Amino acid sequence: MLAHTIFFYFFSFITVFAAVMLTISKNTIYSVFFLILVFISISILFIMIGAEFLGMIMLIVYVGAVAILFLFVVMMLNISKLTAKQITRKGLINNVSVGSLVGVIIFLELLVVIGGWKYKNNFLPLSYEEANNNLTNAHAIGNVLYTDYIHLFQISGMILLVAMIGAITLTFSKRENVKKQKYFKQIQRDKESAVSLVEVENDMGVKLDD
Amino acid sequence: MTEIGLGHYLTLGAIIFTIGVVGIFLNRKNIIIILMSIELILLAVNINLVSFSIYLQDLVGQIFTMFILTVAAAEASIGLAIIVIYYKNKGSIDVEQISSLKG
Repeated sequence: MLAHTIFFYFFSFITVFAAVMLTISKNTIYSVFFLILVFISISILFIMIGAEFLGMIMLIVYVGAVAILFLFVVMMLNISKLTAKQITRKGLINNVSVGSLVGVIIFLELLVVIGGWKYKNNFLPLSYEEANNNLTNAHAIGNVLYTDYIHLFQISGMILLVAMIGAITLTFSKRENVKKQKYFKQIQRDKESAVSLVEVENDMGVKLDD
Repeated sequence: MTEIGLGHYLTLGAIIFTIGVVGIFLNRKNIIIILMSIELILLAVNINLVSFSIYLQDLVGQIFTMFILTVAAAEASIGLAIIVIYYKNKGSIDVEQISSLKG
């Protein structure tokens, strides 16, 4: 139990530190690295608390996909030279006051809610799998996800498909002066338009118009 | 103090949520950090759902965490695509300069 406590405090301090550094660091690349640090420590906390499948999925999805996406976008856009010059003092101070006021209020509200929260009397859990059987976490999640929540699961797949199509259509751009494969023209060619018999005269060769 | 309970995890979630919200307010540099702050907020929600799911012995919280993960990934990809196309058009993604709507 003591080890759990020590690990919890260690990783949550790392998480909070990395989240603060993400917000205040000047260089955007550093922010992305701190984002990766936040995700890794949170996934370790998830694995420690007993949701090991979700921790691993978070590692794969967030660190492996989302953070790399951020990293690529930051590298692709030329941001670093823009950042230094345009930070107006007055606007920054104004934002600090309003932002910290709102932040403190939200944090106090959340703390009041957490402090006042209690278990309902004779609380009845909805799914017993993990508690009663000797199933692993991944097995129990699969039992619930592929039976009761199959429709939501498929809708989330549709969301990913729509996001993929949207991202491709947004960033797709037609460029001039670039030769590209024209699929329909290629498929529509037939023998009559493509092949022609030429009577070659002696010693003259064939002149191709291309 | 030594016993880690539900309240500790909820407090961690509250701290990360607050950092995300304040990050949106404070940031005047570029809009990518705002997107990252939104990721932090979603992460705080995930922490709350998972800790409730573990302490109430109910798997539904973890299922919905997976759905939130899906939506967060989709949102990040669309947001970054919009940022890329905006940068291509305007040549800058400064928060103060994105004021075409005069809002």
